Amino acid sequence: MTTSSEDVLLSVGYVRFKKGYGTLYVMNQRLAWMLENSDTVAVSHKYADIKTQKISPVGKPKVQLQVVLHDGSCSTFHFVNPAGAEEQAKDRDQVKMLLQNLLPKFKRQIDGELEMKSRLLSLHPTLKHLYEDLVISKVINSEEYWNTPTLKTYTESNNVKQEAGVSGAFLADIQPQTDGCNGLKYNLTQDIIDAIFKTYPAVRKKHVDYVPNKMTEAEFWTKFFQSHYFHRDRIASSSSKDLFGECAKLDDQAIASAMKHTTLDLTVDLPQFTESIPLLPSEDDAPPEKDRGDSTSIHRNMIKRFNQHSIMVLKASHKTNSSNNNNSSSKTTNNNKVVENGVKEANGVTEKRTADESSTEAPNKKQRILEKLHYEDLEDSGSNEDMQELKLSKIERYLLGPSTQTHQSNTYTNPPPLSALASICQAWSSGQQCWRPVRVSAGACVAALGELSPGGALMRHHHAASMAQLIPPDVKSELHRIYLSGGELLRELWRCFPQPGSADTEDNSARAEKFYEALLRFRNVKLRPFEEKMLRDLTPLATTLTRHMNQMIDTACAKYAMWQQRQAKLR
Amino acid sequence: MKLTVDGLLVYFPYDYIYPEQYAYMLELKRALDAKGHGLLEMPSGTGKTISLLSLIVAYMIHNPHHVRKLIYCSRTVPEIEKVLEELKNLIKYYETSQGEKPSLTGVVLTSRKNLCIHPDVSKEREGKLVDGKCHSLTASYIRDRHETDSEVPICQFYEGFNREGKESMLPYGVYTIDDMKQYGADRNWCPYFLSRFAIIHAEIVVYSYHYLLDPKIAEVVSKELNKEAVVVFDEAHNIDTVCIDSLSVKVTRRTIDRSTMALQQLEKTVAQIREADATRLSLEYEQMLEGLRQVAAQRETDAVLGNPILPDDVLNEVVPGNIRNAEHFLSFLKRFIEYIKTRLRIQHVVQESPAGFLKDVASRVCIERKPLRFCASRLTSLMKTLEIPDPSNFSSLTLITHLATLVSTYTKGFTIIIEPFDDKTPTVANPILHFSCMDSSIAMRPIFARFQSVIITSGTLSPLDMYPKILDFNPVVMSSFTMTLARPCILPMIVSKGSDQVAISSKYETREDVAVIRNYGQLLVEISASVPDGVVCFFTSYLYLESVVGAWYDQGVVASLQRHKLLFIETQDSAETSFALINFIKACESGRGAVLLSVARGKVSEGVDFDHHLGRAVLMFGIPYVFTQSRILKARLDYLRDQFQIRENDFLTFDAMRHAAQCVGRALRGKTDYGIMIFADKRFSRADKRTKLPRWIQEHLKDSLCNLSTEEAVQICKRWLRQMAQPFTREDQLGVSLLTLQQLQTEEQQEKIEKQVIQK
Repeated sequence: MTTSSEDVLLSVGYVRFKKGYGTLYVMNQRLAWMLENSDTVAVSHKYADIKTQKISPVGKPKVQLQVVLHDGSCSTFHFVNPAGAEEQAKDRDQVKMLLQNLLPKFKRQIDGELEMKSRLLSLHPTLKHLYEDLVISKVINSEEYWNTPTLKTYTESNNVKQEAGVSGAFLADIQPQTDGCNGLKYNLTQDIIDAIFKTYPAVRKKHVDYVPNKMTEAEFWTKFFQSHYFHRDRIASSSSKDLFGECAKLDDQAIASAMKHTTLDLTVDLPQFTESIPLLPSEDDAPPEKDRGDSTSIHRNMIKRFNQHSIMVLKASHKTNSSNNNNSSSKTTNNNKVVENGVKEANGVTEKRTADESSTEAPNKKQRILEKLHYEDLEDSGSNEDMQELKLSKIERYLLGPSTQTHQSNTYTNPPPLSALASICQAWSSGQQCWRPVRVSAGACVAALGELSPGGALMRHHHAASMAQLIPPDVKSELHRIYLSGGELLRELWRCFPQPGSADTEDNSARAEKFYEALLRFRNVKLRPFEEKMLRDLTPLATTLTRHMNQMIDTACAKYAMWQQRQAKLR
Repeated sequence: MKLTVDGLLVYFPYDYIYPEQYAYMLELKRALDAKGHGLLEMPSGTGKTISLLSLIVAYMIHNPHHVRKLIYCSRTVPEIEKVLEELKNLIKYYETSQGEKPSLTGVVLTSRKNLCIHPDVSKEREGKLVDGKCHSLTASYIRDRHETDSEVPICQFYEGFNREGKESMLPYGVYTIDDMKQYGADRNWCPYFLSRFAIIHAEIVVYSYHYLLDPKIAEVVSKELNKEAVVVFDEAHNIDTVCIDSLSVKVTRRTIDRSTMALQQLEKTVAQIREADATRLSLEYEQMLEGLRQVAAQRETDAVLGNPILPDDVLNEVVPGNIRNAEHFLSFLKRFIEYIKTRLRIQHVVQESPAGFLKDVASRVCIERKPLRFCASRLTSLMKTLEIPDPSNFSSLTLITHLATLVSTYTKGFTIIIEPFDDKTPTVANPILHFSCMDSSIAMRPIFARFQSVIITSGTLSPLDMYPKILDFNPVVMSSFTMTLARPCILPMIVSKGSDQVAISSKYETREDVAVIRNYGQLLVEISASVPDGVVCFFTSYLYLESVVGAWYDQGVVASLQRHKLLFIETQDSAETSFALINFIKACESGRGAVLLSVARGKVSEGVDFDHHLGRAVLMFGIPYVFTQSRILKARLDYLRDQFQIRENDFLTFDAMRHAAQCVGRALRGKTDYGIMIFADKRFSRADKRTKLPRWIQEHLKDSLCNLSTEEAVQICKRWLRQMAQPFTREDQLGVSLLTLQQLQTEEQQEKIEKQVIQK
């Protein structure tokens, strides 16, 4: 009996569940229901499994409480206290209150983490493989698994939410439907409302001001759909009655101020293009032409509104982006200078100006001009000048790969003629200004070439291509998985070894031990069976396939052993 | 690289060269050798400017007595800045390869607004205000007054320049606008007057058209420039319009009102001075007797605008007696203004010749031709005598005197049209007097006569033979160059019908047709759905743009357009348009893509480049004919027919096609760039239109691309874009559209280049 070990916080009699009468128990960890005159718990829900609870509305004849579980199923309890509806409701409310307090405690951990983890695993097959290999086969436990750096990059990067931009046509996409009796129905979704708010801050402000104090949500949007925002060809009335008439003015002001505060890129600054003739009345002098006919002024207004709409949509989607990709949009920010170093700059050096101020815009402007007149194909690409020099401390290691150290003892007895290669390398790294490697004798060249041809000392292990063809795809994928999980463990283990200089801690050594054991387990549980299988199926290749993996494990183990020894000595 | 062009060693600051650049230099050199004028067309984005600069600079270095000066005129301020940067680049190349700077000075001259460094004056954003304020701080009488009363503010920078600046010359090098300002700020010299002074001695001068073409400004600024100079007009496809505008005057009722006010103010001032200091006025009278020429030997700061007529036409005579006295002159002006006022009070359109106008003036208000001719210079002199601190308030009055001087000087090639109202709104009275020049050669003639070589060049000058006719000159070199391309990086197409097979055309009868507008919309929507990044459309006029956008909104075209890209539209307000443009660029750069609706002949079509991703497709909706009902245009057409034997239709088509080419040419700014050019009008496929496109576009406009429906065009676009999106390397270009020095020097290549040039 599980019930006996737990505290019963509340027990309520006269509860019907699936046509049986019984008692409902609210306990520490779970919600349970027992049939009357029975010892067994018929229903038991852990709080962690419960998603929400629901209760029947007040007026309903049946007084019920329903709990919905994470898997979607639900259980309904019917309170049937013979003392009447009021008592029933009281019973129910007691349970409800208790649950209300209890559920959130369990809910948080479960919801957030588990869901995210399961989603991650289902999204990334490689992670799932890793999970299966390491956790399910009990090489390491789940907590350790989720704390590995590989997983952390996944879990953390996903926290950065990417905000969706605003579609240019979000208003046009609201298709009105006729409701049959001379009316129109607009379908608004949350997305569209978000887009409207993001694009038109003035509307958001109105919404905050008016809803729900002065009008309902629905009324607000009805007004919106009647306004010039939705019908571009309507002229915004300036009367105070119109909710959005003011918005039009606000938008105009916002655009005008943005216009004033934007230093235009010189390539598009139309008013500055032509030089006016001094002292003669120019065309712009004339007062703005009065709107000629109604039709043209409507069109003009509409054009203005289209421009504003596009500008605001762009602004709305830029606002969210600008924080993340500052460097990528450096080009656009160029055009986007604010007035402080804009207006004055247009007229160059004034007395009070500090030196650095003037130097900010001038290069920008110059940059733009140069960019405009740059013919990339006419110029020789001079990119090779600032190449990074490759510096090698041990050339042999670079040439032969890191595996040689452990290998050397048993494979080669004759080291390859590295002197020739070394000289070539030197020539490359020192004389890279002139493209050709020089100062290598002809003999050395031939020798090096020999080593690099098939059968030479440097080409011995390089039959990867043929290997790839020999291995059947299922084995290949299995090997891949072994490398994946093995690599993960190895990395963890190596990470535990103290950095040179930093003091090693107890924590580290404990972790190292854990992973060392995990590695051994892994070798026994995963690697060995695979090797055996290979011996059966793919005899000629069997050992070569896992040799590298074994090497890596050996190296790590050797290192661990050495470290252990040293630690023991220190103590 | 260092190459030899017909025996001349030219330093070219790049490692590779386009074949057409070499051909261009060859032709240019021929023109310089012959000391004659040239007309050269080369596609935009093939490095015209640098070819021009490197050849002429090399020529100047090798023949210092033959060509002493290069005057480079460009249209817009950004263009000017670009030229200066290229020049700087070239001089730097000389410096690195020769070890020392060539002894050349390159100077820019631009308006006070761009050059002023005075802390207060430079804050003004409007050019007119800067000019006025500058004048009020630097005019000679203001400075004289400062001598006695140090309270009177003057400009320290001008004073600094005046004290020290004129003794020394600018060190060799190239000075951009910013360099000029920095140089001035370092020495406390006024950059504007410094560059006004420097252009007289500098070997290379870069400034805008007006400084040479507009007689009012040229007289003040460019009078002393050396005659042994090469003048280059870059982006010169509209040069005739500039010429005409510089000699035309437009008077509205507002101008009259303002000049009446200004006149009253002048009268008041004269009366005051008469009371206070009558000697000043009589001194002026004395000067008048000696002749205005001596008076004109004035300080540089006093003259802001010169005589509006050409230097040859200025009378070297004493000012006639009836306007010598200040009061007499003012009442004379008053009569003239009153006369114009009565002329504006009309109900129907009047068109007359200057001679008729003069006769009418004489008979109605007894004003003769002779004193009228002196009006402009007499007013300048009076304003100086009265020590008007800020002449910008008198701009309308100045305009009226210009009209008086022009109308009495020129009788041929000009016309006067008085319209009581705008044709579109016959109910609103808005009388305008146009004094319009019809002959672009009038302003151009002194330039051709004075300077040794004048080179007119642009990306779109086709048909070339029109320019010698309308500018009345005889070029020694006249060539059009194509663009050698390693891949077909332009795709010109003529879309003549929509998907429903209805012909699309912006011709007057069909332009408001719903089907045509819908088809235009559909074309744009489909193009914007399949072309990445920026798409630019040009309409034939603002009015048409507005009505089409209205129709598109009703038809739902705008909504479906917004689903693909953001929509931006050019408006008549240029500040608003600039802001829209900035956002257009932003939208393209952020990857959203955008559509810009614009207008041919508008400011965008004339000055903004849509290179690379900013303009992957350009659509020309209709043929951008000029508004043919305009009376000024009609008068000009008549004149051209009578004087130059140019048929009306020829000129209209020429004008429309150069604007169309100018619009679509905005998309391509280099050989690595690529763009689609769609001509959406049935009429484009006719031979008389097609053959008037520049040769570099015509070459790619195959017959199979000349009569497409919307669907076909979109299919072709898609295929072509896929092809263009492939990586394009230098190796693909080398030998075909890009040459190394070795490749250039081979015989075979030389022959090929020779052949490419089309002589006309």
